Amino acid sequence: MKPVDPRLLRRAKAARTFLAGSVLIGVATGLLIVVQAVLLATAIADVVLRGELAAVIVWSLVAVIAGRALLSWLQEVVAQRAAAAVKSTLRRQVLEHSLKLGPAWLSGERSSALTTLLTKGLDDLDPYFARYLPQLVLASTVPAGVIAWMATGDLLAAGTVLVTLPLIPIFMALIGWATQTYSRRRQHALALLAHHFADVVSGLPTLKLFGRAKAQAVAVERVTERHRMESMKSLRLAFLSSLVLELLASISVALVAVGVGLRLVEGKLGLETALLVLILAPEAYLPLRQVGAQFHASADGVAASEEVFRVLETPLPVQGERTDVPDLRVTPLHLHDVTVTYAGRSTPAVEGFDLELWPGEVVALTGPSGAGKSTVLAALLGFVVPERGVVVAAGSAADEFDPVLWRQQFAWVPQRPGLLVGSIADNVRLGRPDASDAEVRRALDAAGAAELQLDTAVGEQGELLSGGQRRRVALARALVTRAPVLLLDEPTAGLDADAEAAVVANLRATGRTVLLVAHRPALIAAADRVVEVGTKELVSV
Amino acid sequence: MSSLQVGRTVMKVAGDRRLGMAVVDRLLAGRLVLAVIAGVLASGSAVALLATSAWLITTAAAQPPVLTLMVAIVAVRAFGVGRGVFRYVERLAGHDAAYRVLGGVRARVAGRLEELAPAGLSLRTGDLLTRLVLDVDAVLDLWLRVVLPVLVAAVTATATVALLVILLPTAGAAAAVAVVVACAVVPWVTTATARRAERTIAGARGAVAAGATEALLTAADVVAFNAVDNVLAGFSAADARLAQAERRSAWSTGLGNALLVLCVGGASVAGLVLGSQSDVSGPVLAVLVLTPLALADVLGGLPVAAQLAIRVRASLSRLQEVMALPTPVAEPSCAVDLPTGRDLEIRGLRVGYGEADVLSGLDLDLPAGSRVVVTGPSGSGKSTLAAVLLRFLDPRGGDVLLDGVDLRQLQGDQVRSVIGLLTQESHVFDTSIRENLLLARPGSSDLRLWKALYRARLGKFVESLPEGLDTMVGEHGARLSGGERQRLAFARLLLADHDVLVLDEPTEHLDEETAKALLADLYAAAGRRTVVLLTHRPELAPYTTQPVADLT
Repeated sequence: MKPVDPRLLRRAKAARTFLAGSVLIGVATGLLIVVQAVLLATAIADVVLRGELAAVIVWSLVAVIAGRALLSWLQEVVAQRAAAAVKSTLRRQVLEHSLKLGPAWLSGERSSALTTLLTKGLDDLDPYFARYLPQLVLASTVPAGVIAWMATGDLLAAGTVLVTLPLIPIFMALIGWATQTYSRRRQHALALLAHHFADVVSGLPTLKLFGRAKAQAVAVERVTERHRMESMKSLRLAFLSSLVLELLASISVALVAVGVGLRLVEGKLGLETALLVLILAPEAYLPLRQVGAQFHASADGVAASEEVFRVLETPLPVQGERTDVPDLRVTPLHLHDVTVTYAGRSTPAVEGFDLELWPGEVVALTGPSGAGKSTVLAALLGFVVPERGVVVAAGSAADEFDPVLWRQQFAWVPQRPGLLVGSIADNVRLGRPDASDAEVRRALDAAGAAELQLDTAVGEQGELLSGGQRRRVALARALVTRAPVLLLDEPTAGLDADAEAAVVANLRATGRTVLLVAHRPALIAAADRVVEVGTKELVSV
Repeated sequence: MSSLQVGRTVMKVAGDRRLGMAVVDRLLAGRLVLAVIAGVLASGSAVALLATSAWLITTAAAQPPVLTLMVAIVAVRAFGVGRGVFRYVERLAGHDAAYRVLGGVRARVAGRLEELAPAGLSLRTGDLLTRLVLDVDAVLDLWLRVVLPVLVAAVTATATVALLVILLPTAGAAAAVAVVVACAVVPWVTTATARRAERTIAGARGAVAAGATEALLTAADVVAFNAVDNVLAGFSAADARLAQAERRSAWSTGLGNALLVLCVGGASVAGLVLGSQSDVSGPVLAVLVLTPLALADVLGGLPVAAQLAIRVRASLSRLQEVMALPTPVAEPSCAVDLPTGRDLEIRGLRVGYGEADVLSGLDLDLPAGSRVVVTGPSGSGKSTLAAVLLRFLDPRGGDVLLDGVDLRQLQGDQVRSVIGLLTQESHVFDTSIRENLLLARPGSSDLRLWKALYRARLGKFVESLPEGLDTMVGEHGARLSGGERQRLAFARLLLADHDVLVLDEPTEHLDEETAKALLADLYAAAGRRTVVLLTHRPELAPYTTQPVADLT
């Protein structure tokens, strides 16, 4: 794994500014560490050797300490601000890109994973910016400053540090490489275990129904215990690795200190220089060792950002650019031999489906559940790309046209409409933002929702409405558009027979082309034509 | 939160009976004490290493015979090695103990939830249960990142101050002030600013989460109506507000760490000034000046621990709340044998949650083998009736009799071996189709599984899957359609072979066509069993039976 993901810098300008700021702060911190060491060494040597302590040294020390406090504060402020900006950029990019990838790509499991990523997942980037990146900068600036200054006082000590210092990253890489599989396996097991517990908890009523709940509660403890033993195995190794690093640093410091001490006894070195080396030597090793620790602490954030880039690097489907979309009020639509197979399924959802849709006619799609009726609507909207066959209008394939302009020809009522938080009128206006209150009212009445008020709130995902009401709001949303073709997936489910008859009459009165998925006899009877999905025959009524 | 409060949290948790049980375990307590001792020795070694080296170097400057330095040289090396070795022991013992506590707490919470589910948890949605799972994991943080570091820091800092007091009381007092500030003021500042930031950010963060969830859940509608740009603009506005709130709160985040630098540096300067004014020897002066610097590492973990303590405390109080919920069902101390008949009678049933009664004075006969429909709009008590029949909830008055035996005289598991339930949202576990089925009857042959699948009309579908019975169904069965999920749950129910099937709105989330087909298959497959259909749409039932009870 790379120390800094270049994609993060490329995608988010704030990350670049932050890195630059961090380097400045890091260099200043390195300087102050050296100055503080010099001042301390000078002060102690002065008192010990000469019995005097200059006030200027004390005040300088106070100033340096205040400066270091200020820098550490500044570092966190800069890091938090950068993290906020980067997270914001990535959130927007991911949401935009996922919506562009379309509804088919965003199927059930993926959308819930994406929601988690956009909320909690990206917040895990905070430690990456607040701790890891600054530490990485300190690890490159502080040792350099320390060694350079030590070299001016004691070349031998500086040389020792210079030789032993690279051992730390080398060992860190070696150990990391050796323990990588273990730690990855442990992370995986840990996630699996939490998931298992969550699954058991939410399935408790079911387990209880089959008399398995008590056994599962015991199993939870057994599984956790087994996991403890396994993770202790890998932890022993991981902790051993940090032990090695710690010993390495200790031995290196000891090497320097003992060397300095012996030369001091022999009178080859002054006390001041010796103290300086003593104070500075550990500072050279510390940031490097901490980089490793902070890297592990920000592993979740790194994983989240990799997930982000996996989404952002998913190529968008090639889109048509033609703007001369035929007017479907006068142009018939053809589906030729359309075959669609969803990912992970071996049998096609729709196979070899043909359909002609003439302007102004009402066509009912029937067929058993799972025959692919909804898939036909999705193919017309361009949500699924047929693996074979084509949707044609005026002699051109639908995918040659700009999808936004193409979809303006259609208004769709899905089987389970998604409603936005807001009022009923807000949701109806999704179809046509500039619709007047009177037009919204008319659309609702025509959809059989006369009892619904325009300013009633629908709640999150329409939770304040019943299933039938949601569907009627969605129908009104479709009716309020000026789209020439209505694609309706069971538009009257949940309505009683009278209301259904009224809605059907209203649909006919619009004079628009209607393709509807239906199985209720009244709805089927109201259609000009019935097309059975799943067979290739046309049935005329 | 000051370290005092952290300590109080620790005491509160350790003192709580339910969560404390794992801690009282003597073996575990021993491991935790071992971890603390090792941690103190490790941190102590780090302090001693710097103190000894300072003494060594300054003494060496007087050019004494090398032999007189030998003890100090050996000590430096010992402390250097000790620091790493003790840290290793601390981490191993600490993690081992924390994982053991986690296992214990998980099992206890699972056991408690098992007693409560589902009626005792009726007010909790799946979301809250998910959070509960995270709350249990907070136990790890409590031990590894709050209790252990705080105890280690407190003991080590006290010992360090004691050493300085012995060398020079005034310098020791100055160091004591620094330590108290670092232990009390720094965590307080950190948590206070974190809380304030959380207050200003929480609203904005909620708005962004809601916006993202909404946009992704309604993606198809939004794309179909070409409203992507509008939705993105709305999300960007919420997102900009969050980023702004986060940027504003950034100014207070680093204050704790900055204060810590001041404390440690101040103690060192105080040692220098006070030492130079006294008549301590050179080496002692060096020790007075440099030892406080080693405290930076020791005290450095406190701000994080204080911040975590808030979160852990919230998690633990949520857990305690669940542990203290009233149990919805009293199991009989001495259960009678299951009667052989399968006639069910409900007489004068009164039942409810909290203050209000959901059902009162309900009479209903459910003779063996009958098809009974109970109707009523949502909220009229259909699911409550199901809960009573399945012995998930005790009635407040009246009786439910199975072949003349009051259900309260039977154990829940006995009742549920006779009466089965299919709900509108049956839980499908994130494992294979086979494992989901085997749950109902462990050890069943494949033949038996296939039979159940075919009777639930899912056999053909499963056969068409490349991996057949071993197909993984995904989290909450996400890789199946709603109808397939219900049919899988139904196959599972058939496999368990109950004599009475309670169907609670089994088709609520399905489209009308699928709903009708499923109900017809349910009725057909039920055979000689009693079927109690609870629904607000009796017209979906495959053949007309007079609704026996209307709960409206």
